[in-house]
Amino acid sequence: MTISRRGLLATGAASSALGLLSACGSNTGRDGGGSKGGPKLSQWYHQYGEQGTEQAVKKYAAAYGKASVSVQWRPGNYDQQTAAALLTDSGPDVFEVNGPSLDMIQGKQVADVTDLLKGVEDDFNQAVLAPKRYDGKIWGIPQVIDMQMLFYRKSLLDDAGVKPPATLDELVDAAGKLTNSKVKGLFLGNDAGAGVLGGTPLYAAGLELVTEDGAVGFDDPAAARALGKIRRLYTDKSLLLGAPADWSDPSAFTQGLTAMQWSGLWALPAVQKALGDDFGVLPFPKDGARGKPSVPVGAYAAAVSTRSKHQQAGKDYLKWLWVDRTDYQEDFALKYGFHIPARISLAKKAAALREGAAADAVRYTTDHGFAQPLLWTPAAQTAYQDALNRIIKSGANPDTELRKVVRKVSAELDRVKKK
Amino acid sequence: MTRTAGRLRERNRALWFWVFVGPSVLGLLVFTYVPLGWSVWLSFFDAHNTVTPDTFVGLDNYTALLKDDAFTSSLWTFCVFTLFIVPATYAASLALALMVNRLRRAQAFFRSVFFLPAACSYVVAALIWKMSIFNGVRFGLANTLLGYVGVDQVAWLSTTDPPWYWLVIVTVRLWLQAGFYMILFLAGLQRISPTLYEAAAVDGARPGWQVFRHITFPQLRATSVAVVLLLVINAFQAFDEFYNLLSDARGYPPYARPPLVYLYYTALGQGQNLGLGSAGAVLLALIIAVVTVGQARWFGLGRKEAG
Repeated sequence: MTISRRGLLATGAASSALGLLSACGSNTGRDGGGSKGGPKLSQWYHQYGEQGTEQAVKKYAAAYGKASVSVQWRPGNYDQQTAAALLTDSGPDVFEVNGPSLDMIQGKQVADVTDLLKGVEDDFNQAVLAPKRYDGKIWGIPQVIDMQMLFYRKSLLDDAGVKPPATLDELVDAAGKLTNSKVKGLFLGNDAGAGVLGGTPLYAAGLELVTEDGAVGFDDPAAARALGKIRRLYTDKSLLLGAPADWSDPSAFTQGLTAMQWSGLWALPAVQKALGDDFGVLPFPKDGARGKPSVPVGAYAAAVSTRSKHQQAGKDYLKWLWVDRTDYQEDFALKYGFHIPARISLAKKAAALREGAAADAVRYTTDHGFAQPLLWTPAAQTAYQDALNRIIKSGANPDTELRKVVRKVSAELDRVKKK
Repeated sequence: MTRTAGRLRERNRALWFWVFVGPSVLGLLVFTYVPLGWSVWLSFFDAHNTVTPDTFVGLDNYTALLKDDAFTSSLWTFCVFTLFIVPATYAASLALALMVNRLRRAQAFFRSVFFLPAACSYVVAALIWKMSIFNGVRFGLANTLLGYVGVDQVAWLSTTDPPWYWLVIVTVRLWLQAGFYMILFLAGLQRISPTLYEAAAVDGARPGWQVFRHITFPQLRATSVAVVLLLVINAFQAFDEFYNLLSDARGYPPYARPPLVYLYYTALGQGQNLGLGSAGAVLLALIIAVVTVGQARWFGLGRKEAG
């Protein structure tokens, strides 16, 4: 058979059109599973910075016998990717999530996993388990705990005759004394702390973002007072701003650009490597008579998508991985990066967390840890963070700004309670 | 017989038309018009974390947006940005085009040199601006240069008083797009008939400013209108450099938040408020359409030249 030029072009055009259409959304991650029995499950993780994590989670998945689990390691804006994928049938069966958020739960995008934690619920760190609960049920299994704290350089504080700050006022004074032409006193991120601090200063002032009965927790003059002190750090020019790497990376601290830095537990190995013993860690210092030191904690959770055709198989797999296989949980938390296992029993027996700054960090997490409440919606967070930005950088009146945030957050709380 | 052959040919032609045009039309429908229509539909619903909502809220999303300080201030940010970037790009690209047009040698070389930044990604350029040129520490390029003349280091992207971040945002876009608009002006310049310049010379016009003002600039009117139009639309759609210069993992500062960044966080961020985001997209599209049509009418775009 001879093919005419026109025929060839037409076939080409038609096949490329088909190719184009079939390329849309075909990669669900479910194909390519092994030759095991049971369903094929797709599991999504965000791209961890630590080397070896990807291989580790693939190893765990391969060791599961009742389903073929294919792991997708997803770089880029993971939260946005999962949020969009959960709206379609091409999303994952099981996935880790920075939440799940209240809208995800109310939108019935994630399955109830309460049963999976039966008998071991109390062994999970309650501060991080609390935001996974809604309506008396649990919607995600905490994987590992991350926490934030204040790193300080002992030698620089000694040289300046400054003691590790125990109150917010002392932190403001210390940052001022430690600032000179080469080194700044404190690094709270390139936006002067508006992004990373979040509710931390409010908890340090003895308040909270949302109360247990679901009301605004910072409608109090102490809130404006605490935030006003962060503004003072900015106007005193004690804050490092515009560093090449932001607060989550310890380079500004290890390179001597700042004497104190707010960062996370994950930075500890790098700081230890660079500075040896010449550093200490602290919680965010308390403010006022009712205040208490505060340490933000959070945990990515493993969740099951309700759009999955294999919900039960997904639940069985998550129970196996994040409840039964404690050896994998410990490996995941401590062998690649540096996190606290979500299970109290595992955190207690981990050798790497028993001494020095790591032990301090674990103690602060237990004694002063707070997690962002589930009812603190993204809209509330944006309104609060915008206000914080205006207070710190533009000198807006904290009272006025917070009044606006209280109104917005109240409206948000009303909205989510109606559902 | 002939009629049948003619009908067959006609049918064949229609078939071939759809074989070649069909995929594009299908793509346009699936990827442009359906999402557009869906977005308009979503804007009338409470669509948190869903694209198939069932709670009709009428115009609530629209009124909520117009009452929201963050959205209205994002429009204000756009206005400030336009005020800076449109005249700056216009002047820079016209100046470059005039310079390159006058060159007798190596014109192609300089044309390429100035055009080359247009090939660079906005994301890459924004990161270079943020991390090497305008970082706030003493070893950033801009701060090193300021250090030579004894000026203190400046936190370019972190201060609102003075708002140095505008300098960073405007210069990165200026660098990226001036070369492209220079090419448009060059094409415009090359279309001007040399006889006009000869006539002007005969009439005693002085080369330089006088010729530019009375011959070159008026002759570039059509190009100028198109350039300004494109600049304004592009400014409205600004996202990449703003997002990459100012956002971090925890969010985005309220100052210098253009409408698209606002909508990105509303609809695609943790909020996943697709109803509100869609209402914003509809409002933004309407604003761009009104501004474009208004501007086109004002400048007489597409109207036949008199005479």
